[in-house]
Amino acid sequence: MLPRATITALIALLCSASITAAFAQEAPQSPPWDQADSIYGEDAMADARKDVQAEGGAQTGYMIMADRLEVQFTDDEDTLLWDGQGWYGGDINKLWIKTEGDVSLDADEIEEAEVQALWSRAITRYFDLQAGLRQDLEPEGRTHAVLGVQGLAPYWFEVDGAAFLSTDGDLTVRGEAEYDLHLTQRLVLQPRVEVEFSAQDVPERELGSGLTGLDAGVRLRYDIRREFGPYIGVEWQSAFGETRDIIEAAGGEGDEVVFLIGLRTWY
Amino acid sequence: MINRRNLLQTALGTGAAFGAASLLPTWARSASDGNHGLPSLTGNRFDLNIGQFPVRIGGNAGMATGINGTLPGPLLRFREGDDVTLNVTNSLEEDTSIHWHGLLVPFHMDGVPGVSFPGIHPGETFKYQFKVPQNGTYWYHSHSGLQEQLGHYGPIVIDPKEADPVQYDREYVLVLGDWSFTDPHRIFAKLKKNAESLNFNQPTLSEPKGLGGMWGQMRMSPRDLADVTGASYTYVINGHSTEDNFNMVFRPGEKVRLRIVNAGAMTLFNIRLPGLPMTVVQADGLNIQPVETDEFQIGVAETYDVIVEPPEERAYAFVAESIDRSGQAVATLAPRPGMRAAEPEMRPVPMLTMRDMGMDHSMMDGMSDMNHESEDMTDRMNMDGAAGDDMKGHDMKGHDMSGMAMKPDPNGPSVQPAKVIEADIKRGPGVANVAAMPMSRLDDPGIGLDDVPHRTLTYSQLRALDMNEDHRTPGREVVVHLTSNMERYMWSFDGVKFSEVTESIKFYEGERVRLTLINDTMMPHPIHLHGMFFDLVNGGGHHMPRKHTVIVKPADKVSVDISAEHVGDWAFHCHLLYHMHAGMMQVVSVIPDRKASTGNRSMPMDHGSMKHGEDS
Repeated sequence: MLPRATITALIALLCSASITAAFAQEAPQSPPWDQADSIYGEDAMADARKDVQAEGGAQTGYMIMADRLEVQFTDDEDTLLWDGQGWYGGDINKLWIKTEGDVSLDADEIEEAEVQALWSRAITRYFDLQAGLRQDLEPEGRTHAVLGVQGLAPYWFEVDGAAFLSTDGDLTVRGEAEYDLHLTQRLVLQPRVEVEFSAQDVPERELGSGLTGLDAGVRLRYDIRREFGPYIGVEWQSAFGETRDIIEAAGGEGDEVVFLIGLRTWY
Repeated sequence: MINRRNLLQTALGTGAAFGAASLLPTWARSASDGNHGLPSLTGNRFDLNIGQFPVRIGGNAGMATGINGTLPGPLLRFREGDDVTLNVTNSLEEDTSIHWHGLLVPFHMDGVPGVSFPGIHPGETFKYQFKVPQNGTYWYHSHSGLQEQLGHYGPIVIDPKEADPVQYDREYVLVLGDWSFTDPHRIFAKLKKNAESLNFNQPTLSEPKGLGGMWGQMRMSPRDLADVTGASYTYVINGHSTEDNFNMVFRPGEKVRLRIVNAGAMTLFNIRLPGLPMTVVQADGLNIQPVETDEFQIGVAETYDVIVEPPEERAYAFVAESIDRSGQAVATLAPRPGMRAAEPEMRPVPMLTMRDMGMDHSMMDGMSDMNHESEDMTDRMNMDGAAGDDMKGHDMKGHDMSGMAMKPDPNGPSVQPAKVIEADIKRGPGVANVAAMPMSRLDDPGIGLDDVPHRTLTYSQLRALDMNEDHRTPGREVVVHLTSNMERYMWSFDGVKFSEVTESIKFYEGERVRLTLINDTMMPHPIHLHGMFFDLVNGGGHHMPRKHTVIVKPADKVSVDISAEHVGDWAFHCHLLYHMHAGMMQVVSVIPDRKASTGNRSMPMDHGSMKHGEDS
């Protein structure tokens, strides 16, 4: 394990690097064209030129998306799960926020909750490199450095993979892939897989080294609008290896099939 | 969408029955409103006021931004050679502008903020003054923000000084538009968030876009035909949706001239009058040798004038169908006002092919063999009657500084530009694809029209009525790639968005230059260069059609020859509004001759040598 100081320094470095990269701008030297300056004045044209160029591709935008906002039903308990993300920025650099967690509806308490704040940079045609911080709020506060990639793989698979290094020096990896199969223009079948690995045993987080968990599900969504699609689905959730042993020792289930009903929405 | 208050406001003072019609300019009112002719703004002095006003389209109320309170704006009727003054007052709370599309006016009257003038600020009146140098059908529109989408456009007809070679008994101006009740900035933002979110013609299970074939592998969709579709748009003709039924009347046997202007923001239209052939007599304001056809595709900003002679005393439909067949606007041409032509059913949605991707199966074999490719292309282009200028080899590329001489084409058509200037495409997240084998598609009528059971118009059929004045061989060739990443909704020339441009493209006063446009994207782009006409290299000899806007089809390679006569900075862009807004724009600076000959910084080559066709 890495010493805590090193990791803290690494996180600080990542943050400052991302801020610098996101806001660094080159100042143009001479105007790219200027023949109207002699007619309407340099200042008036300079302002208008700046505006027209900014309107030609330098806009910033944002997106807020609840990819999965769903209730999962098992024999034992009902759980509300959220998995959302949002971004703000331009074509290349974005601030990207992700959050995920679940609430036990029976116990009426938040079981897991995390927030990630990432600098996202378009590095290839279809992939963004993302780096930043993840803060776990539940079951206990813990900070991780994050390095990941998110984008569109060949054959239209939306993929998102990231490595997390906690302040305790624990390394975990999470990967997700989903695919939208249009049955009709609005009825969409979405297979989704999520896998998690841990590089070491972390007993306090109920993790054993190796493959720790795999969720494989399919959701059938109806896009009332593209921005608003309720769905139903079924998911097989499984723990593996040491992790499974830990969970089962604690009286949990190593394998579960959950039925779910939810909403995908973005703005 | 409608609430009572909006209804009342719209109806107030106008009478509920004619509430909609009264918001239209008189010439665009339906014949059913008692208006069969074309009253218009004429004279030498015009006052135009840019403001916001309510409109009703297809029964729904919306707010438009436009000219003199009508959608479209008033028809400006000029006379060739007249000196005109247009006082444009901005009553908006943001800057505005008017660009006279296709008119060869001095560049500081061209109306592009930040390029040719500072724009018109709120409350200001800007005086445009110019001599009308030409005749024909043109149009005008805002070049500020996304105002065009909101209705800031109108037609221009310039009557010729001499007798009109086109004979007709009656005329109608038909301005095509794509109206949205959604704010255009919201549409643009949506495209940035999810570029496919407005498309409801996606491949479904029967033809999965992902699991098989090249399309999925390349993360492209064969149903990516239009970014903004009928799901967001109500297609309109003179501000009338199909439901609003724009009326034109005729007497059987009359020659009716239809002046068709595509003032849409994002929509290429297929134009037809089922059962009625059209004789195309003018393209982009300039007369062409008449050619009879049954259907044609019109790019955004293009204009076509056609003559129809309806023989029967019945209602004919004038159909403007969006290229992706997600919607259409139908007007009625009938012997009596108030009639409604039957609306034809929408035809099946077309699919893009491998050819649109810049490759097809017959070529895949040759892909590893560059020589084979070159021969293929050269043959093809010669067959098309276009100049056989094959210059795709990577060794030909260079920056402005390093234009290279090209080899003579063994197949020997006339034009051999001595210098080829092709910028390296800036590869990166903004460029998803570079067409492996772009080729001339002048013989294609356009996406979706390949297999219709009637005649279609192609660019290769167009011939200027008058002989071209400039027969010089271009001294240079400038190659520009149209580039995009649909997934990120990034659009650019040569991979460089307008916001990133640090130097304009340079033409030199008096030179004859060839501009070659290569489309590396999967969409047709209507490309417009302000201030000069494109002489379309289509095998027309000395009768090349002269256009202000050319559609460059997917994987297409189109060449146009240009006589750079008008000094100034001229906007050069894709006329699909959101593509321009995303960065598919540049500026062409026509540099005065004196600067060029004194060794200007941007003129690295010996000017004299450009005019000769020496080869290395």
